[in-house]
Amino acid sequence: MNDASAAPGSFWDARGLASWLFTIDHKRIGLLYLWCVLGFFIVGVSLGLLVRLELIAPGRTIMGPQTYNAMFTLHGVIMIFLVVIPSIPASFGNIILPLHLGAEDVAFPRLNMFSWWLYAIGAVTALAALFTGDGPPDTGWTFYVPFSAVTTTNVSVAVAAVFVLGFSSILTGLNFIVTIHRLRAPGLTWTHLSLFAWALYATAWIQLLATPILGITGLLIIAERVLDMGVFDPARGGDPILYQHLFWIYSHPAVYIMILPAMGVISDIIPVFARKAIFGYKTIAFSSLAIAFAGSLVWAHHMFVSGMSDTAVMVFSLLTFVVAIPSAVKVFNWVSTLYKGSIHMEPPLVFALGFIFLFTMGGITGLVLGAAGADMHVHDTYFVVGHFHYVIFGGTGMGLFAALHYWLPKVHGRMYNKRVATWSAIILVVGMNGLYFPMYLLGLAGMPRRYYDYLPQYTALHEASTVGSWVVVAGLALMFVNLWRGMRSGPRVGPNPWGAATLEWTLPSPPPTHNFPVEPVVERGPYDFRGVRADD
Amino acid sequence: MTDAHRDYEGAKLGMWLFLFTEILLFGGLFVLFAVSMARHHDAFHMASQQLDPAMGAANTVVLITSSWLVAMAVAALKLGQDARARALTLGTIALAGVFLVIKYFEWSAKFRHGLYPGSAELAAHPPGEAAYFALYYAMTGLHGIHVLVGMGVLGFAWWLMRTGRCTQGDFVFLENAALYWHLVDLIWIYLFPLFYLVG
Repeated sequence: MNDASAAPGSFWDARGLASWLFTIDHKRIGLLYLWCVLGFFIVGVSLGLLVRLELIAPGRTIMGPQTYNAMFTLHGVIMIFLVVIPSIPASFGNIILPLHLGAEDVAFPRLNMFSWWLYAIGAVTALAALFTGDGPPDTGWTFYVPFSAVTTTNVSVAVAAVFVLGFSSILTGLNFIVTIHRLRAPGLTWTHLSLFAWALYATAWIQLLATPILGITGLLIIAERVLDMGVFDPARGGDPILYQHLFWIYSHPAVYIMILPAMGVISDIIPVFARKAIFGYKTIAFSSLAIAFAGSLVWAHHMFVSGMSDTAVMVFSLLTFVVAIPSAVKVFNWVSTLYKGSIHMEPPLVFALGFIFLFTMGGITGLVLGAAGADMHVHDTYFVVGHFHYVIFGGTGMGLFAALHYWLPKVHGRMYNKRVATWSAIILVVGMNGLYFPMYLLGLAGMPRRYYDYLPQYTALHEASTVGSWVVVAGLALMFVNLWRGMRSGPRVGPNPWGAATLEWTLPSPPPTHNFPVEPVVERGPYDFRGVRADD
Repeated sequence: MTDAHRDYEGAKLGMWLFLFTEILLFGGLFVLFAVSMARHHDAFHMASQQLDPAMGAANTVVLITSSWLVAMAVAALKLGQDARARALTLGTIALAGVFLVIKYFEWSAKFRHGLYPGSAELAAHPPGEAAYFALYYAMTGLHGIHVLVGMGVLGFAWWLMRTGRCTQGDFVFLENAALYWHLVDLIWIYLFPLFYLVG
């Protein structure tokens, strides 16, 4: 990494640990997030791999049932709270957003540093929950009462970690909203904003409005455990279903915190490699806001079988279908942008295409789950596991990898091996289908999720899925090695290797500490490629 | 481009957004209260009889007065009356302390009567009363934590004024601290009738 600073005046120049840990430079903070996220991603993948390995055959394979419960809980908690939620908004949002706005930094640089510190403290607390107390939490990442209120494992510490991480997420969202409102360069009107910035804007509102509810729900679990409150205990006038409502009022909007920024990345990448203005700019921007809004009204589709009135079930089923509309609008717009485009099949585009395919697989099965009748059959089966892994790993994961391949040359000033990158994308798409498609079939056949053991008739599909997990890991290993080598010793690139039109590509690669030496005046849209040339 | 380091509008916008998240944090508890009250209407009525409205009313007066003091502190700082602003801020902090002392006596009286979550006394009452007291402690407790945080924030504002970093020309920190304090006051203004009067 050090030799990347050979470019004069780049933001890499300052040396020493303190210059990183106490930095208020948004690019460095973004990279701190990125390294943490990727580190925890590797931990989460390893846990998932072990869980998958345990399930390759019925009965005990490599671990006992209690270890298995702890493993999938940790996999969920680490992946959701430490990896997926901060993945794109906190890392690439921080690195890229001010550059897209033509700004020197985010609105509150010190608050930004504080957010990262909260993230680090939350992460350490989450890790502490694993190694202290009476064993790691075994509740699943949803911490459902009454089990979470009575289990002797270390739930309180894990929930406290989630609270701190939520605070970090709120402050990042707050910072981005103020940044987008206040720090746009002259001429950068709302309709000249990049679609990545629009996606971050919609995401930031969800972070801000939904996360406090998770905060209070977490505090109530701790109160329930430590102070013996009884707000969710029917014997003392409480109600466990209320817990599920409060939890999903946050956690359903939270899945849009996970997917919207990835959609923003894809919306930025596709026009660049189709050399064509994006089809339906305003529709895509508006659909981000529509997803954020409608996505906040659908939480109870997680509770169709929890004991709600039939009317409530039908209303939430309808609202769930409504969210599919803006999501589908985006997919149609991406495909329309590619239609008759001058397509350059570079690695970021390959990852973007993988995103569209995998996200669509996940999105369509989301409709199956949103339909109350079908959901009664597949509720809490592997169908659900397959659905959200297609959306979250196939969607957000591929979006993150696309972002890595798109912006790595900008951040490091070097290029990776494009052929290897393309192959890693293809292996990942094949592997994810091998890993998750059998789960749809398992779920339809009635295999429940979370179970340690299963009947012999499910063996073949579990084997297929586990083999798929190995293909995914091979693809990830190839991709990370290639990115690492490219970052260390790839050929140097100029300011604009892709021929993109957003503002960050007008700066040298890597960019200088203070971004723009002269404040840019924006006179063109982010996808107006007239006169823009790639440096090759 | 706006100067990010002296962006008054940006700082105010950020604070309002933060206050919004605080309202939502309490909002979850208000939802719980509403649902529980609808389910256990009579028990909530009985339980609320056991609170002391006089103490609650006294605390309401204390907090509203403190809110008034901090508003005057902001006005004084804007007029350049630094010493007056600092004194008024200290007055606000003192009243916040009075609030907590009254709360302490109130809570300890309840504890002496065995009215606390998980107590044998409450277990003998109908389940709705246990739910009422669980929410009473959760909501007034969380509010009490916010009072403590507010004292810290106002104390920090006082220190910034003393060291000349929060002045007539750059008063946004005190103004934001005051906004926070008004929110703490406002939440209490909802808690007071909910717990002490509605029943």
